Amino acid sequence: MDLGTKVAEVIEASSAELMAQCYKLDQAPPLGSLVKTKGGSWETYAVVYNVETHSLEPGRRVVARGEEMGTEAEIFRANPQLAKLLSTDFRALVVGHCQGNGLYHYLPPKPAPIYSFVYVCQLEEVKAFTQSLDFLSLLADARLPISVDEVIAACLRYASRAYPDSQAFLIKAGKELAWLLSSDARRLNSVLKRLRQ
Amino acid sequence: MNDHNLDERTRLGAIVSGSLTRGVEVKLDASVSVEDMAVGRYVAIEGEKRRFFGMITDVSLEAIDSRVTITPPDISDPFIAQVVAGTTTYGKLRVLPMLTIGSDAVSILEGPQPAKTVPTHFSEVKLASQRDVELVFGAEDDKRFYVGTPLDMETKVCLDVSEFVKRSNGVFGKSGTGKTFLTCLLLIGILQKRAAVSLVFDMHSEYGWEGRNEKGYKVKGLKQLFPSKVAVFTLDEESSRWRKVSTDFVVKIGYDEIEPEDIELLRQTLNLTEASTQAVYQLAREFGDRKWLEAVLNLSEDNGKQLISKLNIHDSTYRNLRRGLETLRRFPFLVPHASDNSVQRILEYLERGINVVLEFGRFDDFAAYILVANLLSRRIYAQYREKAEKAGGADMALPHPLVITIEEAHRFLNPELSAQTIFGRIAREMRKYNVTLLVIDQRPSGIDDEVMSQLGTKITCLLDNERDVDSVFTGVTGKSELKSVLSKLETKQQALIFGHAVPMPVVIKTREYGSAESYKELGFLEAAELKRKAEKEIEDLWAT
Ligand SMILES: Nc1ncnc2c1ncn2[C@@H]1O[C@H](COP(=O)(O)OP(=O)(O)O)[C@@H](O)[C@H]1O
Ligand SMILES: [Mg+2]
Repeated sequence: MDLGTKVAEVIEASSAELMAQCYKLDQAPPLGSLVKTKGGSWETYAVVYNVETHSLEPGRRVVARGEEMGTEAEIFRANPQLAKLLSTDFRALVVGHCQGNGLYHYLPPKPAPIYSFVYVCQLEEVKAFTQSLDFLSLLADARLPISVDEVIAACLRYASRAYPDSQAFLIKAGKELAWLLSSDARRLNSVLKRLRQ
Repeated sequence: MNDHNLDERTRLGAIVSGSLTRGVEVKLDASVSVEDMAVGRYVAIEGEKRRFFGMITDVSLEAIDSRVTITPPDISDPFIAQVVAGTTTYGKLRVLPMLTIGSDAVSILEGPQPAKTVPTHFSEVKLASQRDVELVFGAEDDKRFYVGTPLDMETKVCLDVSEFVKRSNGVFGKSGTGKTFLTCLLLIGILQKRAAVSLVFDMHSEYGWEGRNEKGYKVKGLKQLFPSKVAVFTLDEESSRWRKVSTDFVVKIGYDEIEPEDIELLRQTLNLTEASTQAVYQLAREFGDRKWLEAVLNLSEDNGKQLISKLNIHDSTYRNLRRGLETLRRFPFLVPHASDNSVQRILEYLERGINVVLEFGRFDDFAAYILVANLLSRRIYAQYREKAEKAGGADMALPHPLVITIEEAHRFLNPELSAQTIFGRIAREMRKYNVTLLVIDQRPSGIDDEVMSQLGTKITCLLDNERDVDSVFTGVTGKSELKSVLSKLETKQQALIFGHAVPMPVVIKTREYGSAESYKELGFLEAAELKRKAEKEIEDLWAT
């Protein structure tokens, strides 16, 4: 994945989350990664929480085609139209925004504009954004169709790559979680176990 | 923490709750391990308007949610262990704020004042710096004597000796905790700062010439270190000679110097009955205060019988008394009539500013100790009193302050005796006639509470008996906190000092005593060095 290049476009947006369609099939940013949109006078930061590849036409299910073929790539070569019929989308939870020179770890006033381009943040941006871990409360309180704790752990593991001392970052983040999840020792334990690399 | 930077203060955490009387609670930062903390250590607290000084009195482990203790985090995983330290679980200190220093010029001049309030919420708490401690206890000077170092610091804790001797004081601690060594240092401090002259009743003959440390090595006593300032008196000439002690005077006490009160004090020690001590007063009336003892000791069987029937003394009482008095007769330092007056001799030395240590040699039992210490002190005190009263009337200077050191103080100052002994009186009268006590005891609970509460400064090494601990803290504010500090002292060479002569309670590691190094620091020069110094002075004389 080329960091800093645009990879998708917003096709559905709300205050709390956005859905984007990737330009290339199966080329979504990884779970937990930080993406941003540049539409409007502000940039919206979001954490990828779900990636999905599906048929573009509702009602037309994808069927298995590779029984006679040696590799998966041959399927696409034999059916070039497939790339047009399928799409990879992802959903990301809004965790902050940037306006002027300010970086804010809370929701922007408006959702990301539809069709805004979505970029995968560069490591420096990840580092700048994760200087404050206030956004973790947005993640921790979210209700998602998948396990929030998985997303939190994936996000922190991903962000830790932006730091030369990734262990120190994870400990700092772990402590933040310890406060946030102080009333739920079992949940804290399970998230922390997933932070280990 | 032995930092070179004297101002360096390590941050520990922040105040989260508390009160002035119970102390404030400090949540430790995650980076600080509870295991590095110790009760008795000093902290500085940066309040909004002033800086506070306090002492750590307790360390505890806390969990943010009690459920954590039921499902403990998996701390076998080092990562999880690091995360939960300081968050889910954290350390807490209890700190007793004791002094404050304001930040304006006036309060800086005034110096530390007793804390009358507490720092605001979340004030930063740091380990006190070397400079902080110096600010509180002052540097060594012509009044302050260096007695030890605070826990984990190299700063000197100094005791204002001139304040110290203004009241009676106590040194406590169970056996082997360092009372004798500490007392030796105190006596040296009093001597060097010229705060008072000392009279030491040296039961075990260890202060005057030479003692021994635990390993059996010899330790120099006061006279070896300060030959021109100390005289050793002895009750046991022979023992002193064997030990090659250079003594100044051999104390003999005449039968005619022993009064009925002296016998009364020995009641427990000599196993006398109540009736026997009453009989003593009768006998004294019969024969006269100065003659009774000799007369009774010389009574023949028949004369004795006649006498008791005449005085209506029961036979068993008489026999009980005779047995007690025979014990006294066996002391060679007791003679029918002493040719020289010991009291006068002691006073002569004290008047010249020379400290007197009376060693007991082989007579280190309580009968001899109580008898002699009481008898001499009573008469010396009477002289001081007379002098002080004369001086007061004539507007003259009071006699030079005198400090009398006694060991096993509970033998004199127990509730039963303290009202009668001279020591009880001195302790109670404070410093009316410029005489105070330095009492040393391993069983302070045996001492009358009233006397304990009159002691100005108490220096206590480890005590493990609950009653002893309680008695040391009678009438002290912050009692329960200090108690926990005391109970955590090391078994040796550590002491808690609190009271009149220190601005706030302090735990010290007592200054080293007994090594060549320590003598040097106290200004003692070995003979070879003395000679060199003298030669150098002569050389210098010729050179000019
Ligand atoms: N300040 C000190 N310097 C060096 N050694 C000490 C000091 N205090 C105590 N000790 C050691 O501890 C032992 C016991 O001390 P001591 O003063 O005799 O105890 P106590 O009088 O309380 O029974 C000493 O023999 C010595 O070895
Ligand atoms: Mg001793």
